[in-house]
Amino acid sequence: MARASQDTAVTTGGPVRVGIYLVLLLFALFYMLPFFIMLVNSLKPLSEITGGNMMALPQQWTIAPWLSAWSTAQIGVEPTGLRPYFLNSILTVVPAVAISTMLGALNGYVLTKWRFRGDTILFGLMLFSCFIPFQIVLIPMAMVLGKLGLAGSVPGLVLVHVVYGLGFTTLYFRNYYAAFPTELVRAAMIDGAGFFQIFWRIMLPVSGPIAVVSVIWQFTNIWNDFLFGASFGGTAQPMTVALNNLVQSSTGVKEYNVHFAGAILAALPTLVVYIVAGRFFVRGLMAGSVKG
Amino acid sequence: MASHADRPDLRTRLQDLIPKLVLSPSVAAMVVFVYGFIAFTFYLSFTDSKMLPRYDWVGLDNYVTLWGLSHWWTAVANLAIFASLYIVICTAIGLTLAILLDQKIRGEGVLRPIYLYPMALSFIVTGTAWKWFLDPGIGLQNTMHLWGWESFTFEWIKDRNMAIYTLVIAAVWQTSGFVMAMFLAGLRGIDNEILKAAQIDGASNWNLYRRIVIPLLRPAFMSAFVILAHLAVKSYDLVIALTGGGPGRATELPATFMYSYTFTRNSMGIGAASAVIMLMTIAAIMTPYLYAELKEKR
Amino acid sequence: MRHLSILAAFATLTTGAALAEPSVEVMHCWTSGGEAAALGAVRDAVVAQGVAWIDAPIAGGGGDRAKTALQARIAPGNPPAAMLMLGQNIIDRANEGMLGNVDALAAAQGWDAVLPAAVQEFAKIGGHYVSVPTIVQRTDMMWLSVAAFDAIGAEYPGTWAGFNALAPAFEAARIIPLAHGGQAWQEAYMFEAVVAGVGGTDFDRQALVDLDDAALRGPQMLDVFTQMATLRDMVDSNAPGRDWNLATAMVINGQAAAQIMGDWAKGEFTNAGLVPGTDYVCLPVPKDQGDAFVYLVNSLSLFSQTDPDQIHAQEVLASAIMDPAVQVAFNIAKGAIPARTDVDVSGLDACAQATLAAMASNDAGGTAVPTFAGTHAANAAIVGAATDAITEFCNSDMMPADGVTLLADSIADAM
Repeated sequence: MARASQDTAVTTGGPVRVGIYLVLLLFALFYMLPFFIMLVNSLKPLSEITGGNMMALPQQWTIAPWLSAWSTAQIGVEPTGLRPYFLNSILTVVPAVAISTMLGALNGYVLTKWRFRGDTILFGLMLFSCFIPFQIVLIPMAMVLGKLGLAGSVPGLVLVHVVYGLGFTTLYFRNYYAAFPTELVRAAMIDGAGFFQIFWRIMLPVSGPIAVVSVIWQFTNIWNDFLFGASFGGTAQPMTVALNNLVQSSTGVKEYNVHFAGAILAALPTLVVYIVAGRFFVRGLMAGSVKG
Repeated sequence: MASHADRPDLRTRLQDLIPKLVLSPSVAAMVVFVYGFIAFTFYLSFTDSKMLPRYDWVGLDNYVTLWGLSHWWTAVANLAIFASLYIVICTAIGLTLAILLDQKIRGEGVLRPIYLYPMALSFIVTGTAWKWFLDPGIGLQNTMHLWGWESFTFEWIKDRNMAIYTLVIAAVWQTSGFVMAMFLAGLRGIDNEILKAAQIDGASNWNLYRRIVIPLLRPAFMSAFVILAHLAVKSYDLVIALTGGGPGRATELPATFMYSYTFTRNSMGIGAASAVIMLMTIAAIMTPYLYAELKEKR
Repeated sequence: MRHLSILAAFATLTTGAALAEPSVEVMHCWTSGGEAAALGAVRDAVVAQGVAWIDAPIAGGGGDRAKTALQARIAPGNPPAAMLMLGQNIIDRANEGMLGNVDALAAAQGWDAVLPAAVQEFAKIGGHYVSVPTIVQRTDMMWLSVAAFDAIGAEYPGTWAGFNALAPAFEAARIIPLAHGGQAWQEAYMFEAVVAGVGGTDFDRQALVDLDDAALRGPQMLDVFTQMATLRDMVDSNAPGRDWNLATAMVINGQAAAQIMGDWAKGEFTNAGLVPGTDYVCLPVPKDQGDAFVYLVNSLSLFSQTDPDQIHAQEVLASAIMDPAVQVAFNIAKGAIPARTDVDVSGLDACAQATLAAMASNDAGGTAVPTFAGTHAANAAIVGAATDAITEFCNSDMMPADGVTLLADSIADAM
């Protein structure tokens, strides 16, 4: 099966290596800069932001913006902050990620190990479904959800996210399983193993890395989704809607520090997922890395 | 009661059926929620739907109106510019960073999450942060002035002709790290024996990469292209958060155009027509590409 | 029979849920500061009557995102109880039969007598009260910085020519003559203020309400665009994309001399602790062709409901909105003028008092015009097309004559 990250056979000399490190560090700076600015400015009182240097460290450190963003900022008529919406997001994201990942794994398994006529076309059709702009599906989806009696409910929102995530999860698992030797599956079939037995005993145990990729991708997309959450969330609106309300406030002083604190708070779960599972991310994407 | 000769038949038939059964919910979902809705939108584009879907046929009227709107032409041109720059630059940066990181770099464990994390942020957050950063009054230009570099100007976001490029910058920042991860995985999957053999034959590093490594990365290129193209087409939140479509309508994209006409201007028929054009363009580009790639994967 | 009793038990359980505390779900885009406080006044009154308030705020796009979410609620037949809607959107939805009415309540409380004709036009559609007006806002206002005018020792302008003449003096004193936020909707509001000011009420009606092509291409429109071009030159280079309240902030701290903006700007001044007359001046934009008043009615529209509890909750909401005490509290928080003409306005500041008087006189004199930029005078498609042309003009160096043509063509195409 896939070997863990191997060192490349390419060798590079001294001055080239210095150049490499320089380029890498410059890019690291490029990626860190906006986050650094958001973080630094979320710890300043508002007076330091307006008219101040955005890159300067706070002269007066304060975590008041964070407290405000969490529990007292105006989100609607009520000054509730982001806190109540976190649970809504979690209730939607966890089932949606689990279901779409599982279905993606099964789909990938079928499309690579149980070939039949037209399966490549089916896969192509599923891939194409990744491109459908979500604004198109709003109205018809609302009508369908209404007919199913799921309008404005968490299960309805989970359904929507699962359906539109299937294309991606199937893509990931299908590419991953394509590299898995079919001989093993054939051997198991000859031994009398059935469809699901092979899946549980052979495919799933080695699917860890790609499952991580799928989970990270789905978690990020669903957690950060605004359109579906706002339209189908009903009274259980996800956190992105609350964040949007926070930063799009149209009157009053723009409390940039609260906005940035809120933005970072909203991103924390995904950031944590990325950092914790990140090292498996590259491993998981290593499709086709089977060595003899 | 099944005879001994029947059992393998039953089992084989079941074996044939189960995979298709397992696949069928997903296929059903695709058919209804993707292709069914596309068909619905297609139909709507031939009706005079305003605020709500209406089913009175008006033929090609919406399309005629659509192509008569300079606003639409701007959106289409913007998409061409944005998508091509975004895809090319992300791929280039992703590939470069992946190749560099693959050179047995110390601290890769630190650098990789730094490159990857922007993907974790929602587009609303990215747009807001970059809008701030690019604003001449409070952002980069202001900081440069405060640091003494008085003549520094960076007002692209306020300039009708340059604002679209600020979109590219923000979008590239968000996803190039992810593309890097895809290429890095691809690089790590390349068999070292091939490289060693080429090295013995006297190939330089440059040729090594150009002739051997990059062609072997074709699957990664395909995945990257799919991911980037879909993000480019769907770009809505980023545009709204960063420029709001402005200055004027200079950074409108088909996604924002479609949204605006369908929901804000109560012109669902025209919105549907623009959506159909978007989908046809995507199909025109993706279908040959997918066909070529998937044929090989057999 | 067992089946029937189980069924009955099940039915009781489900309707039991409905028999819980009556509630009214209100969808809106007011998520901050003064606006939220204003809506909070209504909420308090509703809650005091024993009806729960379910808040459904979705900010952004000046109400666009909320509109989208609303569409997603209407499609499956599950609309909220009430929604903040503007102008023709109310009329469109009433025509589609989506809105319920509170005629009985209106008759009982005598709304016809206390609401100006201008307001009723957007609350009472087809003879039915489908929408309950909260406040009236004036969009053709100018906000001036006392400090800036003192710096060059100038009088407050009574004519456009007078205002234009002051610009060089301001620039010499390193003050930006016009603070402006370069967003399409702001440019649309500025445009209609200029139409009312330069062209007058009759022209405004012909061009923006009747959408008469001759008026749209006529010499008065050319004057309007010429004035827009002059205003365009007064704006600083950082204007594109600027939020409206940041432009107001420029006037508040004296960086800029004036802003043309609806009277929701007053809330910013009040929040900054400024006093009208002393620190800032609120004036209608110069009127070269006689008095005019461009108004915008804010109201909560009621969606048709079948459940009697829901209907009752809506009536409580409507009653709360029209309650004189709530109208006053709403206005003090929002900074506008009440829709009712018979409330105690002594608590309102000088600007609001002036606006109130102007509203009364203009309504009586027939010179009150519904806002075009706020989708009262024309529907969303036409306003959108016109805004495209206006923002194109404001963000380029197009000649006024070309602007006229572009606007007239855009509107003609959208009709």
